[in-house]
Amino acid sequence: MVVKVYGPVRAACPQGVLACLLEKDVEFEIVHVDLDSGEQKKPHFLLRQPFGQVPAIEDGDLKLFESRAIIRYYAAKYEDRGPKLLGKSLEERAVVDQWVEVEAHNFNDLFYTLVLQLVILPRMGQPGDLALARSCEQKLEKVFDIYEQRLSNSTYLAGDSFTLADLTHLPAIRYLMTDAGGLAHLVTQRKHVNAWWQAISTRSAWKKLMNLANY
Amino acid sequence: MVVKVYGPVYGSPKRVLVCLIEKEVEFETVPIDLLKGEHKDPDYLKLQPFGTVPVTEDGDYILYESRAIIRYYAEKYKSQGADLLGKTIEERGQVENWLEVEAHSYNPPIHTLTVQILLFSKLGFTSDQNLIKESEEKLSKVLDVYEERLSKSKYLAGDFFSLADLSHLPFTHYLVGPMGKEDMIRSRKHVSAWWDDISSRPSWQKVFQLYPPVF
Repeated sequence: MVVKVYGPVRAACPQGVLACLLEKDVEFEIVHVDLDSGEQKKPHFLLRQPFGQVPAIEDGDLKLFESRAIIRYYAAKYEDRGPKLLGKSLEERAVVDQWVEVEAHNFNDLFYTLVLQLVILPRMGQPGDLALARSCEQKLEKVFDIYEQRLSNSTYLAGDSFTLADLTHLPAIRYLMTDAGGLAHLVTQRKHVNAWWQAISTRSAWKKLMNLANY
Repeated sequence: MVVKVYGPVYGSPKRVLVCLIEKEVEFETVPIDLLKGEHKDPDYLKLQPFGTVPVTEDGDYILYESRAIIRYYAEKYKSQGADLLGKTIEERGQVENWLEVEAHSYNPPIHTLTVQILLFSKLGFTSDQNLIKESEEKLSKVLDVYEERLSKSKYLAGDFFSLADLSHLPFTHYLVGPMGKEDMIRSRKHVSAWWDDISSRPSWQKVFQLYPPVF
């Protein structure tokens, strides 16, 4: 049975799920959800994801939402194949969870606000709040400083192998490096962050996703 | 060697304390005074570079982010105390789903309310009434989704108490207690029953007694 992933292939959170499924070589089908027309807020979608967000998955009888829950589920279910996305021990897994939480709470909100103000609102013809964007950028600089320190002691965020902790950063950093112009320096000016980005973004699973998304 | 939990009087560390008591794990606590800025001391930042509480120190093994810590101890001590992660990988998937909901949809508005209403008055700052109103509206919408969910499911992840429910305890206590917004819970029949159930668990009662909240 093929996993159905609901969400656009170009949206950040669905990309986290797709990257995980590709790493674990799990077959999936993408069911497009049209965010521009607000499909995610329509009654039929709210039955699937009551907060009106993407992604959601359907795998036989199993239905889940929240990308970081979905990737943890599949990483555990297919622990025995592909890369050890949850580490090799319970203690390693907790460090993976720690950095996924860091991404969720210290990184994601700043990134999201920046993109909303600098890219999405202008695209919709509305002025972005530049002062807010600048403040987010400054905070992100501090977060990246911590990452730089961490990655100077550790090849990947949770240790010496690629895990969910690194994977959850891929969609947002891809965005920073390409669409959200002028912010690539956050990565490129930091030696270890830059090397880490090079390593994780050249993985074949990620490259497959980039092809699927037609970038 | 007994695990040490930093910052026991605050909200997020209380998730860890409840979890450890549910799992019958001994612990010690280390006070951190946020109002004195102790979380920004260089020694603390060595443990938690983002300068937030909690941190746990288990011999040499250090973890931060409360939801990473509770996942670790719930799994490590799976066979003792309440099983907070469900019995199967699929049940755990549901726990992860609703724990992520708490982290991304429930916590942000309730945390803002805690800061604006409780912390600011303690510090003598002026609250942002618009932000309070906005946060209340967001939280109301989330509680509406919970009401629907809990009308079909005794607990958030299924018919068992889990980390997903536990995670709500500290800040919901602030809401119904010192913030005086109990009506947000009581006006929703199933949310109200769920709150009574989870907040009367001996583990929460004990945490409440041992470490009275700062607000």
